[in-house]
Amino acid sequence: MSLQMDPLNLIICGVGGQGNILLSRMIGRMLIGKGYLVNIGETFGAAQRGGSVFSSLRVSRKNNYGPLIPEGNGHFILSLEPLEALRMLSIYGNPEVLTVFNTQPVYPVGVLAKRFSYPDSESLQAAIRRLSHKCWSLNATEIAMKLNSPIVANIVMLGALAACEAIPIGMEDVKAEVKASLPGNKSDLNLQALEMGYNSIQ
Amino acid sequence: MSIFDEKPQDPHQFVMGNQAIARGALEAGVQYAAGYPGTPSSEIIESLSEAAAHGMNIHAEWSTNEKVAAEGAAAAAFAGLRSLVAMKNAGLSVALDFLTHLSYTGLGERGGAMIVVACDDPNAHSSGDETDSRWLAQFASAPLVEASSVQEARDVTAWAFDLSQEFKCFILLRGYTRLSHASSTIRMGELPEFNRKASSDSSQSINPYLGMPHHAAVLEKLEAIRDRFELSPFNTYEGPENPELIIVCEGSGRPCAEEALDTLQLRDRVGILKLGTLWPLPRKFVRKHLQKTHSVLFAEEVDPFVETQVREMLADEPIGGLELFGKRSRHIPAPGEITPDRVIRALSTIFNIEYEPRDMKYRGMLSQLPSGLIVSRGLTWCPGCPHRASFWALGKAIKADGRDGYVTGDIGCYTLDVFPEGKEQMNILHAMGSGTGLAAGFGQLGQFGYTQPVVNICGDSTFYHAAIPALINAVYNQSNMVLVLLDNSATAMTGFQSHPGTGFNALGTPTQRIDAEKLCKSLGCEVTVSDPFDMRGTIKTIRGILKREGVRVLILRRSCEIVRMKKEKVKPYSMRIDEQRCRGGECTVCSSELRCPALFQDEETGKSRIKEDACCGCGVCAQICPFKSIVREEIAS
Repeated sequence: MSLQMDPLNLIICGVGGQGNILLSRMIGRMLIGKGYLVNIGETFGAAQRGGSVFSSLRVSRKNNYGPLIPEGNGHFILSLEPLEALRMLSIYGNPEVLTVFNTQPVYPVGVLAKRFSYPDSESLQAAIRRLSHKCWSLNATEIAMKLNSPIVANIVMLGALAACEAIPIGMEDVKAEVKASLPGNKSDLNLQALEMGYNSIQ
Repeated sequence: MSIFDEKPQDPHQFVMGNQAIARGALEAGVQYAAGYPGTPSSEIIESLSEAAAHGMNIHAEWSTNEKVAAEGAAAAAFAGLRSLVAMKNAGLSVALDFLTHLSYTGLGERGGAMIVVACDDPNAHSSGDETDSRWLAQFASAPLVEASSVQEARDVTAWAFDLSQEFKCFILLRGYTRLSHASSTIRMGELPEFNRKASSDSSQSINPYLGMPHHAAVLEKLEAIRDRFELSPFNTYEGPENPELIIVCEGSGRPCAEEALDTLQLRDRVGILKLGTLWPLPRKFVRKHLQKTHSVLFAEEVDPFVETQVREMLADEPIGGLELFGKRSRHIPAPGEITPDRVIRALSTIFNIEYEPRDMKYRGMLSQLPSGLIVSRGLTWCPGCPHRASFWALGKAIKADGRDGYVTGDIGCYTLDVFPEGKEQMNILHAMGSGTGLAAGFGQLGQFGYTQPVVNICGDSTFYHAAIPALINAVYNQSNMVLVLLDNSATAMTGFQSHPGTGFNALGTPTQRIDAEKLCKSLGCEVTVSDPFDMRGTIKTIRGILKREGVRVLILRRSCEIVRMKKEKVKPYSMRIDEQRCRGGECTVCSSELRCPALFQDEETGKSRIKEDACCGCGVCAQICPFKSIVREEIAS
């Protein structure tokens, strides 16, 4: 499968603690398995304590690209949180960008501290849709809670990613990757999370 | 994935920059590795510790601080081994006293080698500053090398060991966030036998005295190293034979320069001169290429280090008609990290090319977003973090004390207190251990009319790192201060590494635990231990301590929630809101004052609500609710 863009620039974003880094590693490994050259860039450390986090993935058939994506050059954004999707669109968005996001907000500490309020869901989601060429959304947190395991929200998103068919990763790929990198007795739960994420995308 | 494979079946492995540095060191036969955790450097020693735990004949350790780490690594080199010491930029300053003397003596005659890896954090993503370590190479008379890709991180590290052995001096390898925390597929080599033997020659004395002849010898050695750098495979030129402009870059500047040339389609007009050996500058190599052109753009981050070296060279031996662009000319902004966008903007100005990252319509849509839509997301302590409770108690106690207590802070997760949505308790904050030294100083000012109680907040790892000498100083010179030691049993901010108080070493093996309580008592401090989750008790304890005189230590002991959860796997309490009692928007103490991310105001019910996927069941909120509407129920384990 050839890439529509080379390099293909992916952004995996969310809030520290949501499993963003694991997710970007899994996506990276799947693409490497398909013979692409992948470079992932991350900042973490202080950023993981409830702050905005994102990983950039540069995917190419030809070259090893540096980890930083130029402004306005994101091709696909997977966000574990709606505000973070919009934040990334405001930096990396362009008329061709595709976005899949978890609709469940995570309130910044500034909202708790009553310094400012969290944008209302409707305008937030409308802005994301307006700034994306195509956009998919699901409440991955709610799905994960139904499975009694809030930490699998990122695996739900992986299922959704496969359903979007926006990048060269399909359901068989994510199933194999989940089995390989998250072994142990939770594989049934993870596979269920994948299926539910996949089925949430129309 | 394993970076420990001796003869990897598939030499290609997907690794992080720091793992590539570790792999390069392993392939060079490193047998002694030491460091102190600090973002973005920590994974280097973590990887080498894993290698040691794997059974390789390597000593790896988390040292109490960077200076001790460097001294240990140098000892190994003096005894004929290959050693590596790793730290973040701030740590290099801690190690510098030793390193400046080490460059005068060299590494002795037993064939050892030593690499000092200092990882900078341009843009200060996870640091208090973005200090540029490259100047310290010059300051410490140490050769400086740098990698511009994850592959090069492995290659340069392995190569630098041979250079160190040949010239009998340590080599400074500068890392940076965009290398250390980038991941890419590298080609690995095979691992050697780790079978060097260590011994010392007791008939010799290695010391920097008398200084002058040593300095002269170092300067001569650096010229020989400059000659070697002229031929280094890590210095390259790519581009047309007669370019209109040459981008001089290193490290992260190289991929940014390439990106910019592709974006502006300038590959056939502009060349890239990439340096891997930065100091001493390979002048002939740089000169040979700069003569091909009439314009130069320096694409580097933080300080104009290479730019300064090149300008100095051109002052000595000018190249006629050469126009220089970079930080001095403001084509690259002065502070901050290098990005593709910075190079694109500089080039589009120089070449007068119109560049917009996205079309007008899209830009219009972005500018029409209502303000207040993209709100900031401040850093905060995790749900269940004992620091939140400790700062709450400290704030209440200082307020009740009523004498305008002054709080000095330190470096760790508790530093988040000074961030926009922290508890704003720390009045002053600088470097590792500095809070204790500052408190010792403020505590001496009584004779000048200073009447405020002085409290220093310090974490456990920081305490062992640099606070102990300051505490001894406070006792010795009879200062008047309180040290609040937040003992959460981990170096939490950098990834839960072990430290002397944990009872485990870098390999995860049990070791002698250094008991902070006994240590402080032996110094003659008054020592009290409290559990920060007993909030009422802790407030009372702090109030009592504030009233007394002398050097007092309060240990607030409670494990980091992430560490605890990994071990215990169950919540202590299940939490719920009694909606009959909760006053919701009229009160909001639990959400707006405690600011736990697991609590929020539910707009539908108008009451506080527990965020089930975030709550750790620590029970702290139940203690601070003024209406007793948060209920905690013990979960039987």
